[in-house]
Amino acid sequence: MTLMDVGLSHYLTVAAILFTLGILGIFLNRKNIIIILMSIELMLLAVNINLIAFSAELGDLTGQIFAMFVLTVAAAEAAIGLAILVAFFRNRGSIEVEDVNLMKG
Amino acid sequence: MVVAALAFYLFAGVTVVAAVMVIAARNPVHSVLFLILAFFNAAGLFVLLGAEFLAMILIVVYVGAVAVLFLFVVMMLDINMVRMREGFLRYLPIGGVIGLILLVEIAVVIGGWSLTPETTAPAATPIPSLAAASNTEAIGAVLYTDYVYLFQAAGLVLLVAMIGTIVLTHRTRGGVRKQRIGDQLARTREESVEIKQVSSGEGL
Repeated sequence: MTLMDVGLSHYLTVAAILFTLGILGIFLNRKNIIIILMSIELMLLAVNINLIAFSAELGDLTGQIFAMFVLTVAAAEAAIGLAILVAFFRNRGSIEVEDVNLMKG
Repeated sequence: MVVAALAFYLFAGVTVVAAVMVIAARNPVHSVLFLILAFFNAAGLFVLLGAEFLAMILIVVYVGAVAVLFLFVVMMLDINMVRMREGFLRYLPIGGVIGLILLVEIAVVIGGWSLTPETTAPAATPIPSLAAASNTEAIGAVLYTDYVYLFQAAGLVLLVAMIGTIVLTHRTRGGVRKQRIGDQLARTREESVEIKQVSSGEGL
């Protein structure tokens, strides 16, 4: 694995860094739900990079198909998450994670 | 070869830097814009891997729809940004430790894996050569045949997401006058028209 010979490991490394940054984003922005949702998008992007890198390495289309399904679910998740966020903001006037305790009873 | 490697390092570097800025930017609008940058460069990585169709889908779906949705929500909500930043430094040590542990674990996995013979056997759905079929054509040939049920399920997921989003954000406002066709048609002559004989020089 030389520096100029880009292979599977390079892509896996990028995906690993992206995934870790997503986790880190969730930990650091404990208040802002929007940033947390964006961090989840970053993690899903890392998963997609992994799937497509393996697809290219093994010469198998299945990885690309599944990356597409991951993309679909990610889009649905973003839409639902932001809708919940908007509904919550209407009720409470804030989007801080600590204020999300309506279901505590 | 060198050009491809340089392109990889460019795309990968910008993606990682943009991802760092997504979680570190002070203003959520900047976060969304950096997210868009990360998606564009990830699309570049996909092109380098030979998945052109997914690269274009990534730009259309993520940049065109998801990121713009984020942008709308960020701009619509009136958020106190100063309070939002509280706790960033407080959680930095624990977050950093957990991120480091995770990165080391993934590095161990990346450094130590090897393919089993079953995996390197002929692929279930091999990628055809570019002369035979383009990437889009190959994906379509597999997606609508072997994975048609998953495709339908994905459609259902999107339908449920759409209905759920509308149900969650729709609100009926009071005090809005609407035209109700049923009520209009249900009126009869007796209850709506009254004939009065008005004598000359007097009111009703």
